[in-house]
Amino acid sequence: MDQDLKTELSKHGIFATSFEELYNWGRKNSVWPLTFGLACCAIEMIATTMARYDLARFGAEVFRPSPRQADLMIVSGTVTKKMAPQVVRLYNQMPEPKYVIAMGACAISGGPFRDGYNVLKGIDRYIPVDVHIPGCPPRPEALIHAFMTLQDKISAQHLTGESRPRHLKQDLPSEFPVPEFGEHGLEPQQNDEVFRNPLKVLQG
Amino acid sequence: MGKSLPIAPVEHPWATIVVLLIAAVVFGAIPLSLAWLWARLFSPPKPGIQKNATYECGLESQGDAWIQLNVSYYLYAIVFLIFDVEAVFLLPFAAAFSGLSLAACLAMLVFLLLLVEGLIWAWQKGVLTWA
Repeated sequence: MDQDLKTELSKHGIFATSFEELYNWGRKNSVWPLTFGLACCAIEMIATTMARYDLARFGAEVFRPSPRQADLMIVSGTVTKKMAPQVVRLYNQMPEPKYVIAMGACAISGGPFRDGYNVLKGIDRYIPVDVHIPGCPPRPEALIHAFMTLQDKISAQHLTGESRPRHLKQDLPSEFPVPEFGEHGLEPQQNDEVFRNPLKVLQG
Repeated sequence: MGKSLPIAPVEHPWATIVVLLIAAVVFGAIPLSLAWLWARLFSPPKPGIQKNATYECGLESQGDAWIQLNVSYYLYAIVFLIFDVEAVFLLPFAAAFSGLSLAACLAMLVFLLLLVEGLIWAWQKGVLTWA
């Protein structure tokens, strides 16, 4: 439906919508995150859910203890190489559509522990991340901002057509390969289908 | 008053109930079938080994769930019952101790001694030694 026509109709008190918009409106206002904290960022995540910042205003206060009931994984904290396979496995066990927020410097790049032998340099090496939040740790407002960014992303997703999200494409798998321990850390070092290596992106 | 309603009288006394029952079933069935239809169209099933795994804490389950527990535990359970029953009666006994008559005190002692006898018997049988 034409956007101008819709605005014109709303001026006359007629509300027009589509199934896609209704569906996305419902989805974006009832995102259920996974109860899953990895490090200090998790404390900020907990603070976000409490009364002062009140994530419930965005319909996301229902943190689910089981991946089967969760839509959103907030990777809040340092992902060690020992934890990375578990994170990927939890992500695989979540039903689709599912989203990932990488919270804090550690989750997006390894942060201050980047040079540690045991630290994964960003969870986006193995699973697709929808929103990255910088900060060490990010304040609750930053997490809420990431949340609203994710809501914008959800409401812009199409149900049909070639641009529809991954979970609506029957042939694309829902599970991502879980890394395993090899002689020198995790193998493979990254999932090339998911990871956009910044160095290679810069080189073109 | 006195003027009859224009609605025709219902033939059977249960007819209203049947109508309401059908309405209730339809009321429940419509959203369920809509949800089913929506899921068929916009939620392609993508099962997988990890997605269908029973354990859901991120770790892989190890070993067999059908492990056997040592049968000696049952003796421990029975000896535990002795102390359990004893504790239940000892508490009110201790609370009312100063106001008890001699007969009540003797009755309680008999009860205690009976339980202690059971414990001594089990001890002598070697139950308390783990084998």
